[in-house]
Formats: sequence, structure tokens, C-alpha cells
Amino acid sequence: MKLDAKIPEGPIETKWQTWLDAHGLVGPRNRGAKNVIVIGTGLAGGAAAATLGAQGFKVKSFCFQDSPRRAHSIAAQGGINAAKDYANEGDSVRRLFTDTMKGGDFRSREANVWRLAQLSENIIDQAVAQGVPFNREYGGQLATRSFGGVLVQRTFYSRGQTGQQLLLGAYQALEHQVAAGNVSVYNRHEMLDVVLVNGEAHGVIVRNLVTGEIERHAADAVVLASGGYTNVYFLSTNAMGSNVTATWRAHKHGALMANPCFTQIHPTCIPQSGDYQSKLTLMSESLRNDGRIWVPRKPNEERPPAEIPEAERYYFLEERYPAFGNLAPRDIASRAAKVVCDEGLGVGGTGRGVYLDFRDSINDHGKAFVEGRYQNLFEMYQRITGDDPYETPMMIYPAPHYAMGGLWVDYELQTTIPGLFAIGEANFSDHGANRLGASALMQALADGYFIAPHTVTNFMTKKRDSVSTDDSAFDEAQDRVEAHIAALVDVGGSRSAQSFHREMGHVMLDKCGMARTAEGLTEALGEMRRIKGEFWSDLRVDPGVKELNQSLDYANRVSDFLEMGELMCHDALRREESCGGHFREEYETEDGEALRDDEHFAKVTAWQYQGDAGDPIPHDEQLTFEDVKLATRSYK
Amino acid sequence: MNFKLEIWRQFESGQDGAFETFEVTGIDPESSFLEMLDQLNERLGHEKKRSIAFDSDCREGICGSCSLVIDGYPHGPRQVTSCQTYMRDFIDGATIKVEPFRSNTLPVIRDLVTDRSALDRVIQAGGYVSTTTGPQPDPNSMPVAPAVQEEVMDAAICIGCGACVAACPNGSAMLFTGAKVTHLNLLPQGQPERESRAINMVNQMDEEGFGGCTNYGECSRVCPQEISLDVISMLNREYRKAAVKKKPKTPPRMVAQ
Repeated sequence: MKLDAKIPEGPIETKWQTWLDAHGLVGPRNRGAKNVIVIGTGLAGGAAAATLGAQGFKVKSFCFQDSPRRAHSIAAQGGINAAKDYANEGDSVRRLFTDTMKGGDFRSREANVWRLAQLSENIIDQAVAQGVPFNREYGGQLATRSFGGVLVQRTFYSRGQTGQQLLLGAYQALEHQVAAGNVSVYNRHEMLDVVLVNGEAHGVIVRNLVTGEIERHAADAVVLASGGYTNVYFLSTNAMGSNVTATWRAHKHGALMANPCFTQIHPTCIPQSGDYQSKLTLMSESLRNDGRIWVPRKPNEERPPAEIPEAERYYFLEERYPAFGNLAPRDIASRAAKVVCDEGLGVGGTGRGVYLDFRDSINDHGKAFVEGRYQNLFEMYQRITGDDPYETPMMIYPAPHYAMGGLWVDYELQTTIPGLFAIGEANFSDHGANRLGASALMQALADGYFIAPHTVTNFMTKKRDSVSTDDSAFDEAQDRVEAHIAALVDVGGSRSAQSFHREMGHVMLDKCGMARTAEGLTEALGEMRRIKGEFWSDLRVDPGVKELNQSLDYANRVSDFLEMGELMCHDALRREESCGGHFREEYETEDGEALRDDEHFAKVTAWQYQGDAGDPIPHDEQLTFEDVKLATRSYK
Repeated sequence: MNFKLEIWRQFESGQDGAFETFEVTGIDPESSFLEMLDQLNERLGHEKKRSIAFDSDCREGICGSCSLVIDGYPHGPRQVTSCQTYMRDFIDGATIKVEPFRSNTLPVIRDLVTDRSALDRVIQAGGYVSTTTGPQPDPNSMPVAPAVQEEVMDAAICIGCGACVAACPNGSAMLFTGAKVTHLNLLPQGQPERESRAINMVNQMDEEGFGGCTNYGECSRVCPQEISLDVISMLNREYRKAAVKKKPKTPPRMVAQ
């Protein structure tokens, strides 16, 4: 299969404008007859549904939560990047572009990243116009701060709740369109299949999670904004309900899945405390602006941190990466923490923790300064752990956080299935092998507000017959969904979906997490198949499919995670290099840094589903670099 | 730790429900209240009994999904979300009563799961700035003093959980609505719709059947975001100012093409 990214001709600065100038339009009077389905109401989905609704299209917006406002974008803390250069540092679109390309270890598409950097400015303007309260300087101007992997202050923020405020902006715009009659929201509905006619997307099958009814919805275009798959690791910073089901089911119908092994393990999370634990909590990367990360130099140190003298503290990020220090990018900071813990220097009950210390910042700038910047994060930490970070350093450890991989999309964010688009974290996106901090919100909103509405419109100018929900394709899809649900209930075994999820999560984190080897990945493939076999022979869910059944919802999601995990291992095994969050121990430099192989792997790997017919088939999209120089990524 | 739990069980909306008693043992004090319920559900699965339905998603106190009344308090005794309530907050051996949020406007769907879509409809009535996606003015052309931004944020951090409604003897949603009106009406972007917003959102509250505010203050006391009663004063002021203002004639409809 030849993958055509459909990148417009011309210089990179004008590619998007070139595309916009030529794309097809639907006249205002005809828009009401065009239907669009948007799956997910996070930043990408909420923004796309609100924008398409405001343009006059008829939009159906689906979310599995009880309200569109609860999508997990809400939990993003630190901020959103934009190349506005309000801090007068000489920042520019080119610099944001270069930082993002480099941050992603040169595994993303230049044209997409440039467009993202260009649109970043509009996002801030749009959000402020909606009433998003970004932090302000004394004169009332927007405030910015610095984030990992960059040397400028281009991150806009609303205290430690930037994701919440941006999501509420999108949610309110969405509800405005609901009131205007352009958008219908289907809450507590989960997408379980995409309906194809002649190979093109014409609708979806969803399950009403309250009544258990299977519903059919037809549309002229389907947009998946269903988020990432990091819950494949069981314990992650994602919400309990975050799942891969919508994208995985699309994948099963022929949408290629790109770079699934590119997952981000975030360095600053609260360490795990027990086996019963259901999720991990992130502490914003912004804390690394003022907190210093260290471990005791002596293994098995028993003194409390305050009693350990300066000379016996190992500030490993500052020592190894003097230029960026504690603000080294996430993949690098996470791996460094893992390395010192592997060496036995870790702290906390499990030995899997490092200190994040605000002592010096409090001494230098006063408690009020630290309070002003991080109060809610400090309170959150104290609530969860019972420790007061003003008195004793925080303990942190890396945790799975974000999926750079996802459905393969072209420049128009369309998957390999015509009429099926993927936006936000659901696509393989612009972050390459590692996402920089404060770039997820930027990408989700660029896709949702400014890209998908145009590319979806363009698709709908194409002539094609509309398909009703009476079509036999809907019958078949509904049968498939009902058979899958019946199969889950009929297993009638003894173990909960959670017990399988936990088991597979251990395998994935251990063998396809922060460090990977060919041997471990091969083992993991076997393990995942074994667990999948046991899942389908010993699963137990509550009976009752035509009613609210949370154990069934969960089992349904786990059934897809099991298959997704296997695909991640295939991808990690095939990519014989280290780049960004994908670290193969066989491929490292003498001083332990990632060793890229640009000759063989400067490409996107997009996988084709084969099901029981055999192993998935990889297809390559070669990446070209004309506007950024391929270089060894160094933060030293 | 060991606990005796009295949990509200109700199969469907509109049906009768009752408390069912469960004993849980060997609970780690560091586990959260919801993780304790996860463990109970795991056990019920083994016993082939129907698991207890409850809402949760982010489990870090920001999404607003979780909605338990614990020992009579919405979200429990610590003024944090249900998911951030930890078992170390309880006395070993205690009997703990667990109910769904209680209010006519938040009907039970099953067990501890309630329907809070009435709150979404209050937002639909005016909890937004009527703008569409497209070119916007540069934000620094409309400065906002940091003190105003702080006041706005103190209201804008509402997570829409509905604990305020569940706590109020009148079942009022004034704290929720007041928070949104305070957020938007203090900002320059919110000015053009300042009056209609207050009127329309209050009218929608009435239509949904939320009660009036008689200053019990229970809402603010249980609010996990510690939103102040000041937002209710603000809403009252905004509503009164808008209500007494001579209504402009119905503006001419914009004629589309």
C-alpha cells in the first residue's frame, strides 16, 4: 500500500494557505443537509463539533462520560504553547517548529508540524475570546512560562488547570451550538464500530450505556477524537474510561495504525503505593521550573531528605544535561530517573522514586512565590500522599501519560478510510517519537478548531450517495457489535476484566515501557497472546446487556487493549533504533543516550490489521527533512 | 482496615431502592474510597453478584464524574471529590453510609449513578460567550488585571460535579450557576451578553426544578473547589440589575441572505 500524505506543494511557510485557497466549500444554505459525527468531546472533538456546528452543519457529538465537559483533556495542568513571543525572546513559528521536530526526535512530518506552529497563535486568541482566563501579568497582559525541552517562555497557562479552562471553553462553545440546534450531544454513548459502504465511512454503531441499546447513526463524515491508548499500561495518568476502542475498531476495518510503539512516560508523577491502585496522578511538568530533581548519592540511604547534605545529593539531570537541567524533555528526564533507580539510588518505600525539591526555590524567592505558582498542585500532592511539599521534597516517578502513536492520517487528517478522520491524540499526530510539554493542548485545538472543520468540509464536497441506517452495511455492523458483546458475556469465567487489564499492564510496562529489548518484546508478544487467550476463556462480567452494565463496558475496552498491546510490541520490535520515548537497549550511544538510525527508520510505520489471518503488515511513509537539519538530539 | 458499608442499591430510575450492607476487610489505608469500592466489586464478581454502579473517570479530582454522598456529606467529610477521599480519613471498623447525590433534579440511574444533564442545560441557556471559531482580536488588546483574573479563576475552576445541589436543603444550583456567571461576567469578553446570561441561566434553573437559595451555605461548604458564596451574591446582583433594566425592543433579526 502506498501511503500518500497529500502534502501541498510549495514552500513550507505557505503550504497550509495553499491548501486552504484551493479546498472545496459547502455553501451556507446547503450545510444543514450535511451530517457529521464526532466521537469524543475532549479538546479536539469538542472544538471540532462546536466549529462545524457553528458553520451550519448538523453535528452529532458522542461521549461515554455523563457530560461532554468530563473528557480527560480536563486534567491537563501545565499549559499550552504558542509562538507569540510576548516575552520578547526572539521566538517565532520557525523556532516552535524546530523545537517540536527536535523534541519529537525527527520522527514527525515537517509540513504538519509547521502548520501546528503557525496555528498556535490563533488558538490563544480563540480561547481568550471564549473567556478562557489565562494568567496575566501586572499590566493585564498574558503571562507565559517555560516548559521542558525549550529555551523560551512560550507556554500560556491558567494556574495549574489550563486543560480544564481550555476544555470548558470548547465545551461552552459546544453547548452554545446545542442551544442553537446545530449539535446534538449523545452522552453516555460509546462508539463500538464504524460502518463502511464501498470502503468509505458512512456512520457508526454506538451503545447507549444507560439502556444497553445498540444504535445506528449515519453521516456524511465521521471524525474520531477519542483520545489515546495509554491505558494499555493499566496504571497511567489517563482517566479510568480512556480507551482505544473507537480507533481500534476503525483499525480493524482498514484504518492503518501508525507508530503505536511511540508512547510517552511522563517523568513527574506520584509513585505507585499499592497493588489495589487504579491510576497514577501526574504532577505538572511546570514544577520542574522551580523544583530540583535529585536522589541520594549513596544507595539505600535511610536519612530523611532534609538531613542529607548538599554534597551527598545527586542532581542527576543538572549534572548530565547542564544546558537544560531539570527542564530536559520528558523522555530524557524519565529515562534518567529510571536509570538512577535501577542503580539502587531510588527513594520511597518501593525504591522507585526520586525527589523533586523546592527547598532552594523557597529559600531564594520565598514561600509566597512558590505558592503563587503551584499552590493547587502542592495541595493536590498533599491530599494524595499526606506529605507537605513545602516542608519535605515531593517524591515522583515516571508514569505512562500520552500516546504519540495513533491512527495514520494524511495532511487532511483523514485516515486510510475515506470519510473517516482522526484528530487530537487519536491520530499519530505531530509529536514524532516524543511530545514536548504543553503541546498536546496545542495540537488537539489546532486539529479541532482550525484544521478538521476545513478538511471535513472539503471531503463533503465530494459527490457520493448518502446511505441510510437501513442499509445492509448497518445490519452487518450491528450484528458484529452484538456478537462481540454476547461473546464477552458468554465466557462465563471467574476473573474480572480489571484483573486481566492489570496483568497485561505489567507486561506492557515491563517490556514495552521505558526500555525495550528484542528479547523482552518477543516475550511480551507471547505473554499478550496468552493473556488474551485466558481473557476469552475465563472472563466474568455481570449479566444483562440491555441495561447499564459497567463491568461489560470495561471488558469491551480491555478486549481491544489486549490486541493494541500486541501491535505495540510488533512495532517496537520492528523499529531497530532508539528515538524519543522508544528506547531499545540494543541501540544506545556510549553515554547511554538514544541512538537513532536515520538511514533505515526516518519513517512512519503504519500497520495494517490482519486479525486471525496472521501478523499485522507494516507500511512505511518515508519522512523527508528540508526545513530542519537532522541532528543528534542533545540537551547537554 | 475493616469497614461496614451501607450502600444504596437501586436497579433503575423511578424504582424503589434500599440500603444493602457489605463488610470489607484488609483495606489499605492509602487506597482511595473508589479503589475500596473497586475491591468490593471485584469480590462481588467472584460471588457472582451484581456489582455496584458508580461514576468515576479522572480519579484526580478534576473531571467531576464521581458523585457519592458519604456519611451524609456529598463527596464525604473532607471537602474534596469522592475520588480524593482516602480510607485513612476514616476510623478503622467504622460503618460508612454511601448514597448517590440526592436531588429531584439529579435522578438516580442506577445505584450510585445519577443523571446530571440538567446542569448541562443550564450552561446551554447562556453559560458561554457567543463567538465562533475564526480570527479574533489579539488578547493583549483587552488587558485583564491579575486581581480580576484571580477572582475569575476562583469561580471558573468549578468542576460541575453537582455536590452543591446535593448538599442544598432546597436543591438549589445557585453556586454552580453563580460560578459560571461570575467567571464570564467579570471578563471583558463576557460583557455583551452580561444581562441575558444572568436572566436566561436563572430561568433555566427554575425550569429544571432547582430550588431557590436561602443562604444555608451548605453548597460552598461541600464544594471540592471551595467556590465561595460570593458567586451567589454576584449572580443575585447581576440578575437584579438585568431584571430591572428596561428591556430593549426585540432586536431586528439578522436577515440571512
